[in-house]
Amino acid sequence: MRKYVINSSLLLSVIAVIISCQNQETIDLHNYMSNGKDIYKAKCQNCHGENGEGLGQLAPPLTDSVFLKTNRDRLACIIKNGANESFIINGKEYKEKMPAFPELADIDVAQVMVYITNSFGNKQGFVPYAQVSKNLQNCK
Amino acid sequence: MNKIISSVAICLLSITILSSCQQDKKLPFYGERHAETVKDAAGVEKIDTVYQTIPNWSFLNQDSVVTTNKATDGKVYVADFFFTSCTTICPTMHRNLMTVYKEFNTNPDVMFVSHTIDFKYDRPYVLKKYAQKLGVDGSKWLFLYGSKDSVYTLAEKNYLVAVGEDSTAKDGYIHQGYLVLIDKDRRIRGAYDGTKEDQVEQLRKDIPVLLAEYKK
Repeated sequence: MRKYVINSSLLLSVIAVIISCQNQETIDLHNYMSNGKDIYKAKCQNCHGENGEGLGQLAPPLTDSVFLKTNRDRLACIIKNGANESFIINGKEYKEKMPAFPELADIDVAQVMVYITNSFGNKQGFVPYAQVSKNLQNCK
Repeated sequence: MNKIISSVAICLLSITILSSCQQDKKLPFYGERHAETVKDAAGVEKIDTVYQTIPNWSFLNQDSVVTTNKATDGKVYVADFFFTSCTTICPTMHRNLMTVYKEFNTNPDVMFVSHTIDFKYDRPYVLKKYAQKLGVDGSKWLFLYGSKDSVYTLAEKNYLVAVGEDSTAKDGYIHQGYLVLIDKDRRIRGAYDGTKEDQVEQLRKDIPVLLAEYKK
């Protein structure tokens, strides 16, 4: 009987830990999303638009989930350092230069990246700050 | 019964007054003004108000063609100052102005004029590329290139928009994001912050009001 109680309480605590873990990630996601939105408004929205629709052929839309997924590890570098190459996005070529945002700290980049990859119809989930930080160290 | 009749009458009266007010709606005049004595057609002297007007100008357009004020004479137009490598307010300004452009695209009495303030880099072919990528084709929306002196003087003295070079600014230039509405007689009739959607919406509503002034 005693063994049974101990076992079940152990099991319960393991379950509780798992649930609270998930909760922590959900909380982080919410935090990142709300801070990321503010950063997006201040730094990205001018060109990429309120709904990530882009601007003509001057600035690409941020709605190409396939592009965002295949370039997942590069997104942080593009956000921070800008881009000076051509991208094919939603089947169209975009060649304009994207400016760098050196003023963004790693955590800002992580938050705005999570916001973009989970808005405008994208649903790519949470990326922790540590992962983004690592990606930023490997920028070309 | 009398009460009902009188209240209905008051209602009708106020509706008439309100609607007549709307018909008479005119846009304000901006800039300096002075009184001048003029002779009317009958030769009678009277005092008239003379408003600030946009002087003659001559610039290169996005097709490298010399373009002068003749292009906009007799038309209502919206003018602004920008540069193509601007990453701060210009994309928003032109995104918003694009909605107005689309609405009046088929109206021959309305034009759009964007002056670049980047005299070093924004040569006509750069402006052409920018216009195409923004989605503007044809000559209803002019993108004009000129010397620093001529463009900056026109901006500050005539359109009342502040512009300048600033090495501390992110893209090297600073400027205000006003969309300036000019009437057919070259007078300033409105200035709208192109970065604010509600003000651009007001511009969209004011253009027909200004056009209507000339229909009487």
